[in-house]
Amino acid sequence: MTDAMPEPTPAGAWTATTTGAEVAALDDAGAGPRTFEPGPAEEEEPTVTLRVWRGDPSGGDLVDYTLPSEEGEVVLDVVHRIQATLAPDLACRWNCKAGKCGSCSSEINGKPSLMCMTRVDELPEGPITVTPMRTFPILRDLVTDVSFNYEVARRVPAFAPPPAAPGDYRMQQVDVERGQEFRKCIECFMCQDVCHVIRDHEDNKRQYAGPRFFIRYAELEMHPLDTNDRRELLRQRMGLGLCNITKCCTEVCPEHIKITDNAIIPLKERVVDASYDPVAWLGRKILRRHKRSPEEAAAHPR
Amino acid sequence: MTTLDNTTVTPVVIGAPRGGPDAPTLRQDRWWIQPLVTVTVLTVFVVYSTWAVFVNKDYYVGIAMHRDLISPFYSPCIAGSCVAGAKGTAIVANWWRITPALIVIGGPLGFRLTCYYYRRAYYRGFWQSPPNCAVADGHRRYTGESRFPLILQNVHRYFFLIGVFFNVILTIDAVMAFRMPGEGGIGVSVGTLVLCVNAILLWLYSVSCHAARHLCGGHVRTFSTHPVRYRLWKLLTPLNGRHMQFAWASLIFVALTDLYVRLVASGTITDPKLF
Ligand code: SF4
Ligand code: SF4
Ligand code: FES
Ligand code: FES
Repeated sequence: MTDAMPEPTPAGAWTATTTGAEVAALDDAGAGPRTFEPGPAEEEEPTVTLRVWRGDPSGGDLVDYTLPSEEGEVVLDVVHRIQATLAPDLACRWNCKAGKCGSCSSEINGKPSLMCMTRVDELPEGPITVTPMRTFPILRDLVTDVSFNYEVARRVPAFAPPPAAPGDYRMQQVDVERGQEFRKCIECFMCQDVCHVIRDHEDNKRQYAGPRFFIRYAELEMHPLDTNDRRELLRQRMGLGLCNITKCCTEVCPEHIKITDNAIIPLKERVVDASYDPVAWLGRKILRRHKRSPEEAAAHPR
Repeated sequence: MTTLDNTTVTPVVIGAPRGGPDAPTLRQDRWWIQPLVTVTVLTVFVVYSTWAVFVNKDYYVGIAMHRDLISPFYSPCIAGSCVAGAKGTAIVANWWRITPALIVIGGPLGFRLTCYYYRRAYYRGFWQSPPNCAVADGHRRYTGESRFPLILQNVHRYFFLIGVFFNVILTIDAVMAFRMPGEGGIGVSVGTLVLCVNAILLWLYSVSCHAARHLCGGHVRTFSTHPVRYRLWKLLTPLNGRHMQFAWASLIFVALTDLYVRLVASGTITDPKLF
């Protein structure tokens, strides 16, 4: 993982806005006037401009970097070329360049996106704005401190299988398949970044797990061998009720996990079963369906 | 085992400096179109349906025109004030003298207001919370659906059942629309087709509901021990993926159905018999 590139080379500071003309002027210095044959066929070289946020906790600003454009590039390629030529100290995270490690999350033209999966030629003309994720504290340039997510992860009550000898556990294919979608998560945390519950209302972070962890909770709640009941936890401490199902998490997920439809809404419905549905409550009273011990659950899965 | 007691509050530093410019959004695309369309269509629908509910006339095409067409806003017509012919078999509210549509409208209205899809649409469109993804929320404080009154959204599953009840009624209406009273026998007119399409769209909207998907099978932990529920769940899941489309299609068509019945009943157009 590259948090920062090495210090600037002895050649000196980078010139953020160096243009082709200036470079030509430098070349020409002392070489005497040169005559060109300005043929009509000569075209301006196509360029790409990245407007990158540079800064740290003390503040920062957008800086334009213009480079000759190359075919088939993704935004991360351009960032790397900027590091190699104009700004060796530009900090960014990346690892796989294949949309699988979840390190290069940033906001491109204001939308949470993976830099390595966003093609330059698919973006509209004009400068491309690249900024760090907004929801997490800034470290430097495009690198944010995502440790909030690790703290939330630590608080997800672990998988609790019923007591059985190792090797005696059995699961059916249909039950295993159900949670498979949620395991595609690459932990890019862009869903957490876009979620307005914490993006625009930071104080909610204390009591909100966020979409990435709602899919983790859903996976556990749908696990055929799990015996924990996390519904009250979700309702009281993990802020499931704060989510207003506006689906931005689903829109940005690079793994196309149907976070809202397949995890959050099913969890909300489970919380209704446990806490808000008077008929379900009455049914439990009449049928005496109490909380089951792990042994019972193992004997009679439902 | 409940897991509530073993959990501690997530330690987070609130107010640490963030990166990026302090702007409500850096999006450059036309992100405002989506909420604008939502607000426009829903407003037009609300204005039209309010008018349709309160005009209290032209909602039934009866024997005089050899048809049996009733507007979905007025069915089942169970008030004393219903026009002759439109009356349901059981008049429940004989004392009801104002527009009969008011008795009817509460159920479908509650169903749509608490629908997971419409919630998304109006939270974004009307409440600006958020107007679109990565666009700043229009409010300073936010408690989502965790407090009164929005916590009441959790009753959606009951409105789903009410919605199904109305679907049954409107399906009966659609079947009745094949009758051509006074002309003898049965037939198909444009009005028949309109009522049928309306009923079909409403059924699609209801069965694709998220609460339905949960109630029919989504709530079980192990599909393998509930094969029938699993089959049902598998059947509803692809429909559920289209819930948004069904929500808009059925909303618009229900208004168009009312409009068609209204135009025929008022004599503005005649309902052509096809066969
Ligand atoms: S659907 Fe819920 S969790 Fe997802 S972004 Fe919206 S508010 Fe956040
Ligand atoms: S759920 Fe999707 S958006 Fe969220 S962290 Fe996982 S891969 Fe990223
Ligand atoms: S570099 Fe791994 S996801 Fe982009
Ligand atoms: S009707 Fe839309 S979710 Fe139930």
